[in-house]
Amino acid sequence: MLTAVMAAVVGCIGIAVYGIVFGLFLQGIDRKFAARMQARVGPPIRQPFIDIGKLLCKDNVVPEGALGVVFNAAPLIALAASVTILLYLPVGSIMPLLGEWGDIVLIMYLLTVPALAMVAGGFASGSPYATVGSQREMVTMIAYEFPLAIAIIAIAWRLSVAGIADPFLISTIAQTSVWSIAGPFGWLGLLLLLLVLAWVTPAELSRVPCDTPEAETELAGGLLVEYSGRNLALFSLSAAVKTVAMATLAVVLFLPWNPSWYIAMAPTTAIVADALFFIIKVVLVVFFSVSVIRVMMARLRINHLVTLYWKYLGIVGLAGLVLIVLDAMLGMGVVA
Amino acid sequence: MRLSKSFNRSLWVFHFNSGSCNGCDIEIVCTLTPRYDPERFGIKLVGSPRHADVLLVTGPVVHDMAARLRRVYDQMPDPKVVICVGTCGQSGGVFFDSYNLDGPVGDVIPVDVYVPGCAPRPEAIIDAVVKGVAKLERLEAEGKK
Repeated sequence: MLTAVMAAVVGCIGIAVYGIVFGLFLQGIDRKFAARMQARVGPPIRQPFIDIGKLLCKDNVVPEGALGVVFNAAPLIALAASVTILLYLPVGSIMPLLGEWGDIVLIMYLLTVPALAMVAGGFASGSPYATVGSQREMVTMIAYEFPLAIAIIAIAWRLSVAGIADPFLISTIAQTSVWSIAGPFGWLGLLLLLLVLAWVTPAELSRVPCDTPEAETELAGGLLVEYSGRNLALFSLSAAVKTVAMATLAVVLFLPWNPSWYIAMAPTTAIVADALFFIIKVVLVVFFSVSVIRVMMARLRINHLVTLYWKYLGIVGLAGLVLIVLDAMLGMGVVA
Repeated sequence: MRLSKSFNRSLWVFHFNSGSCNGCDIEIVCTLTPRYDPERFGIKLVGSPRHADVLLVTGPVVHDMAARLRRVYDQMPDPKVVICVGTCGQSGGVFFDSYNLDGPVGDVIPVDVYVPGCAPRPEAIIDAVVKGVAKLERLEAEGKK
């Protein structure tokens, strides 16, 4: 019993360190990519680490009009929730720590917790800018949940039709390539869903073009307007960890291949090779769904954002779902 | 005051216009373009004074802006640096001794670095940030004693 508790504690700390370091590293890479695309030199890769170090030595101001308890608790909850998501997600071929206790639907719920914490923190700031930012964050959440749910449900459903046990378990999805199960129609549908997920990622992470809740120029930082010092650092860390979580989710759903599936390797080599390949996949996902999109676009107005996600990406996602259903009904690919 | 090495490599700038003619503001925007790319050194423009380490003030501080300038200065968390960009903020410039000035900037809030020029070139603004870093390094050295 004691060893199990110890293992859980060590595992949680390990995952937290991994999430924070890898997340900040991803943000550094993203800033470098963006700078290169704008013909700039850009900051060093370790810039996000420097930023966090600086924020930690700044004063932590709690405004007079703020609700202190919620204001200070929100960043902690956001970071804790982001790390919790990682406990349910795999790293390469290392299966999730808590994989047996939660499935992909739980991850969908957990993904909303950091955003809800930010909303609570924004409302507790007592600043009109933060209040408007919080309202926009809630609207954004409502907007992107629908396409995200379609993508996840479609894949789990296709796995279940193929007769695979426990299709909602992360370990099942991570160890089965849905591309090898679906037929030609299914591939088309999966491509559409991949597109949808690539566009949900920036909304989930509040990056351009979906940084409407933070909007520096109009809302002066929106939700985060009153946050400074340690609290702001915690929110940045939470955003970094969430980047890892979202990119891992995309990898698990759509790019689950591991080198050890194809090349015979010793178990330890396989774990290292899979982890390295996994890192490459995550960096690629971040490049295409965060860096490229944020460099090529300006910020969307909040009503445009809702139209984009509810109407256009909703339709694309439903089309993908219909194609996958047709694929299974017409008996293409693997059907039990 | 706790200061670390990372401070100098990550200065976030808040831009405040206290009644400037927009000349200096355009030069500040020019400083942030890919040509000068201050993000190389971790310098970036932020939207809220709560996030900022450096306050860039332009303009001679007209009556209405004086209280707001003080307020924005107070809203910034310590440690902080104030850089005054342009001749107006130093002396009033062409608005010297005008009836509708509360300024120059130095009369309203403490200024660490002045950048002369009407309007100063981007190189001068970058130089001012470097001098602001020098102030932070001095504070860091004093903090260690």
